[in-house]
Amino acid sequence: MAQMNMVHAINSALDVMLGRDPRVVVFGEDVGYFGGVFRCTDGLQRKYGEHRVLDTPISEGGIVATAIGMGVNGLRPVAEIQFADYIYPAFDQIVSELARLRYRTAGDFCAPVTIRTPCGGGIRGGQTHSQSPEGVFTHVCGIKVVMPSNPYDAKGLLISSIEDEDPVVFFEPKRIYNGPFDGDPHKPALPWSAHPKGEVPEGHYTIPIGKAEIVRGGSDVTLLTYGTMVHVAAAAVELAGVDAEIIDVRTLVPLDVDTLCTSVCKTGRCVIVHEATRFSGFGAELSATIQEECFWHLEAPIARVTGWDTPYPHAFEWDYFPGPARIAAALRGVMEAR
Amino acid sequence: MTQSRLHVPHPPARPGEKPDFSYLHIPPAGGEARPDTLAPALEIEQLGTGLVRVLDERGQALGPWNPHLEPQELQVALRHMLLTRHFDERMQRMQRQGRISFYMKSTGEEAVAVAPCMALQPRDMLFPSYRTQGLFITRGKSLVELMCQCLSNTRDMCRGRQMPVMYHWAEGNIFSISGNLATQFPQAVGWAMAAAIKGEDRIAASWIGEGSSAEADFHHAMTFAAVYQAPVILNLVNNQWAISSFQGFAGGERRTFAQRGPGYGIPGVRVDGNDFLAVYAVTRWAAERARASGGPTLIEHVTYRAAAHSTSDDPARYRPKEEWQAWPLGDPITRLKEHLIGLGEWTEERHAALERELEAHVTACWKEAVSYGTLTEGVSLDPLSMFEDVFHEMPPHLKRQREELRRLLAAQQAPGDVQAPSGKE
Repeated sequence: MAQMNMVHAINSALDVMLGRDPRVVVFGEDVGYFGGVFRCTDGLQRKYGEHRVLDTPISEGGIVATAIGMGVNGLRPVAEIQFADYIYPAFDQIVSELARLRYRTAGDFCAPVTIRTPCGGGIRGGQTHSQSPEGVFTHVCGIKVVMPSNPYDAKGLLISSIEDEDPVVFFEPKRIYNGPFDGDPHKPALPWSAHPKGEVPEGHYTIPIGKAEIVRGGSDVTLLTYGTMVHVAAAAVELAGVDAEIIDVRTLVPLDVDTLCTSVCKTGRCVIVHEATRFSGFGAELSATIQEECFWHLEAPIARVTGWDTPYPHAFEWDYFPGPARIAAALRGVMEAR
Repeated sequence: MTQSRLHVPHPPARPGEKPDFSYLHIPPAGGEARPDTLAPALEIEQLGTGLVRVLDERGQALGPWNPHLEPQELQVALRHMLLTRHFDERMQRMQRQGRISFYMKSTGEEAVAVAPCMALQPRDMLFPSYRTQGLFITRGKSLVELMCQCLSNTRDMCRGRQMPVMYHWAEGNIFSISGNLATQFPQAVGWAMAAAIKGEDRIAASWIGEGSSAEADFHHAMTFAAVYQAPVILNLVNNQWAISSFQGFAGGERRTFAQRGPGYGIPGVRVDGNDFLAVYAVTRWAAERARASGGPTLIEHVTYRAAAHSTSDDPARYRPKEEWQAWPLGDPITRLKEHLIGLGEWTEERHAALERELEAHVTACWKEAVSYGTLTEGVSLDPLSMFEDVFHEMPPHLKRQREELRRLLAAQQAPGDVQAPSGKE
């Protein structure tokens, strides 16, 4: 086993797949010669050549459209959108074309495209480098939506995404590329080498799409979250002093309803945490699902802790970010409800 | 004080006014030079302002672009174009009778699909748009299958999921038509890039209207095609009208659409889209260039949308009724027919006989197609199939929803057995 941060793990997944499958091509803005602005594709063009690892024009719509054409022609394209905030020019190609191609042709055409894109805040990126638009894509029928929270999962889930027959939007929480983040920006940064999920096999392995993971067992309350917030939530649970079961949702579509609901039916309480804005956010879908499936087991109203319903504010990042104090307050709140 | 004013484009004639096509530059047939297929884009910019024409007003083939096709090939071309027209007429009538929900005729534009399709190899991939049904017909897709798609019946290739005319044909190397116009243009470029990455000698071709060339997808396609010199032919069909908006609203007033090509470093060729021989020859030129790693070509096909935009449209409200009769480039079928007659390879009698044969064929196909059901009558598709093909494997939430619909449908058949979903189990 090697020690890898999330950047290394993603690079390793791409390396493994480029090596194993001649159909895999990797492209996007700055991903080729330079190796990506976050270094996720570092060294891959040198190793696999510029027909397999390509730089592209600054044209997200063009990147996704050409990925679809390549997928139709038998390749397995892995396209990078440099920041999730830049994905909107490609929205029509993702929603109207990529997501629905198999459906509209009754299975005669499909494009197994993986779109990798760094998301989330906590890096002083302001409103154009901090967004979490995952909920926008979970509302679209025909694409899978994945967001890992650690290097081990990132590699296994990315390989699964590339091997998947369906299109996948793969969100990479950029705040935890280099180390887990517990929500306190004033503490010294921790490296992944100090975390068990920083141990990553060098070769091929997969983590199934559609499976959540219980990252901390507990009996008082279930905390549903994903991405960076998995680590923030863990800090909040310590702060609140409750015996919470933390579930890393990992795959938003398709959703592992069984794992989530089994836990809530056991604990009777549920707090949902995500960085994205609250109104019509993915937490609303989680909350509705829990209500439908676990209503008679609930001891308290379901609580959501999210980004406020404003654009991501540069100067007020830590007032906006749903940090440990807000999550701990919600945990205490659902414990006190009767 | 000066004040800026917007220029709001106006077509040359509105209903009740005399049709006026004086804005079109139409040089005589045979006058354009045919450059080497690997000539640098910026050395052949004149192809974007001229008009490649082979057939003159008397039906003679002139000049260096004459592809010198065998008469038999021309007869096949005439047959494909005529079959397309008869198919269109029948489907239009069936829509008017309420048998199908919608239709789009390609009348007057048959050559811009049939000629490129015949000039390309069967292994080349086509990314169609509206009014390119001639591609499917030329490649030999059965009319019955096209009709079944329009009927959303039990043999519908789209399994009831799409409006009429949204055909596709994987085995025939024809991609799916999208109602979100222009999306196929950059996809074709990606397909062509993949062909080059894989080291194949297949090329891609796509079609877009001059109206939807205003979408960003056009720019994406041109940029990627130019940057990577992708083996792709980008056909822009300038049929003068995008529903009620004339070509000036897509930016055609001061430059030709073909002239956009050299702006990207791509050859732009303006061709008489109603001249089968010219369209065939220009496609062959572009295909040779693409296969020899010479990169993409933008072809502007100058034609006229003789029909309404669709069965939901009434062009009498926005353009003169007589425009089609006044169109200076004529009818592609009539022009090819007269050329063949001039060669001594066709007669009015043979033409009339062919029309009768094709009409009978279309009638027989329609009879067979409706025997597989229609949207409203006869055997129908299983509604539970709507949950298939959203994903490769059906995920749990779709299985649950399918089960919910199954129960509802069963309850409709046997009232009284309704099982209300229970909250507590």
